[in-house]
Amino acid sequence: MLNLFGLRKGDHAKRQSPGRVPLADRGILVFENTGEVIQAENLLKQKGREIRVMGPPPEIRQGCDLVIEFPLIEELQILRIITEAGLQPLSIVPVTSPLLRPVNIFQSKDFGSHLMVRAANMKLTVDKETLVIVNISGGGCPDVPFLAASLVGKSLASAPSPREIGHTLCGYALQLAYEEVKRLCSV
Amino acid sequence: MLCVVGTVPANDFPLIEGEVRLKGEQLQIGREAVSVHRGTPALLAAAVKTALALGHPTPFAYLVGDTGTGKGSRSLYAHLTEVLPHASFQTMTFHYIQPIVHWHRRLQAVLGTLVPKPKLIADAGFMYVAKMSGESSLYDLFTPDVGELAFLADEEAPHPFYTRGFILHEDNHVPDLIARAYRHRNAAQYLLVKGEKDYLADESGILATVDQPAQEAMEAVGGTGDTLTGIVSALIDGGMTIQEAALASLRINRLAGYYAQPTPATQIGEMIGYIPQAIQEVLER
Repeated sequence: MLNLFGLRKGDHAKRQSPGRVPLADRGILVFENTGEVIQAENLLKQKGREIRVMGPPPEIRQGCDLVIEFPLIEELQILRIITEAGLQPLSIVPVTSPLLRPVNIFQSKDFGSHLMVRAANMKLTVDKETLVIVNISGGGCPDVPFLAASLVGKSLASAPSPREIGHTLCGYALQLAYEEVKRLCSV
Repeated sequence: MLCVVGTVPANDFPLIEGEVRLKGEQLQIGREAVSVHRGTPALLAAAVKTALALGHPTPFAYLVGDTGTGKGSRSLYAHLTEVLPHASFQTMTFHYIQPIVHWHRRLQAVLGTLVPKPKLIADAGFMYVAKMSGESSLYDLFTPDVGELAFLADEEAPHPFYTRGFILHEDNHVPDLIARAYRHRNAAQYLLVKGEKDYLADESGILATVDQPAQEAMEAVGGTGDTLTGIVSALIDGGMTIQEAALASLRINRLAGYYAQPTPATQIGEMIGYIPQAIQEVLER
């Protein structure tokens, strides 16, 4: 994600479109790229914070974007957690319109010896006996071939999670497929 | 000449341009070599195989390393806006590139000035950004799979990750999704939809379907969509109409898959080697 409307790292001023009234007590953390969103999500969830990864509102949407929705009342604590870890949001924005929800529908296909799970545009296939990831297909962001090269040939137990090394929404969708495969395979 | 624009999954791969050669399972562009196993290199390998089978020049490529940070893609967008006004390509195919709306609009502003206008094909991230930008209709061909078609059909989704559930559930109603994508002007002039049954469509509706030979495992094999886009790009550049090229490429890609006898664990490199044999069979029919 490039600078959003001139936002810079460390610019914590709350931005609000003229004439708009916040609909709820929620805010969003905007980061420079999806990789930072994923790192912040991991961190905040580890700390037990009630946050959600969502799609940004149209006025700050650039392309391959995610934001973190959080209770505004917890802004200071949440900021402390992420800045202590070296993460700096581009901005903190109050929620003024409904945010896009990430896909939450999975489709699985059983090939007999292999199981394929699709989340949004990403598909991950494992050998049911060895639990080795044999293929990753679909997707369109540039980390997809990188994720495939990093995961294919490794077992579900030893492969890095897409969340750790991915950067984009396709990487995030692959993470969902990866978690669903692990759930279905009881890993 | 065909020009392919895309990325290589390595951060240290420089921005390069040049004619593409294929040596075994390695693409060569100038002094750089890259494995054909994934992403844009797989597309290019299929395009090279097709061009050689037709007796045409091999494609020209603009490639840069990008593992998803978008850094390489941004430098590629910037480079293209500088060099394309001085280039002349008959067909241009855009592939795994970070979707960045403002860069896409700047690039489209350049593409719109080219005379003659090249045929424009978009797949993967570049198809996403074309739709995000509301500029899908400027393209001649999109090559989505069924999941990506659902994204094109969802007028509110800026990325497949946000496709709404009630539309994703329509997987088995591809004609409805195609109609919805055209209704909201989120489709190219032609759509080539990859799936259990492949569809060629335009704004008037379904033009043709292809479902043989069927290899169920191909759905799991990463890169089968990339090879299809490479084959159709080379056929269009070779002089076929988009409709002719789309139908031939669907049959060629399926036949190459059939010859490879894939399992869900097959890697795309195993299939690419069968493309010349499949081209010969399909084009001689």
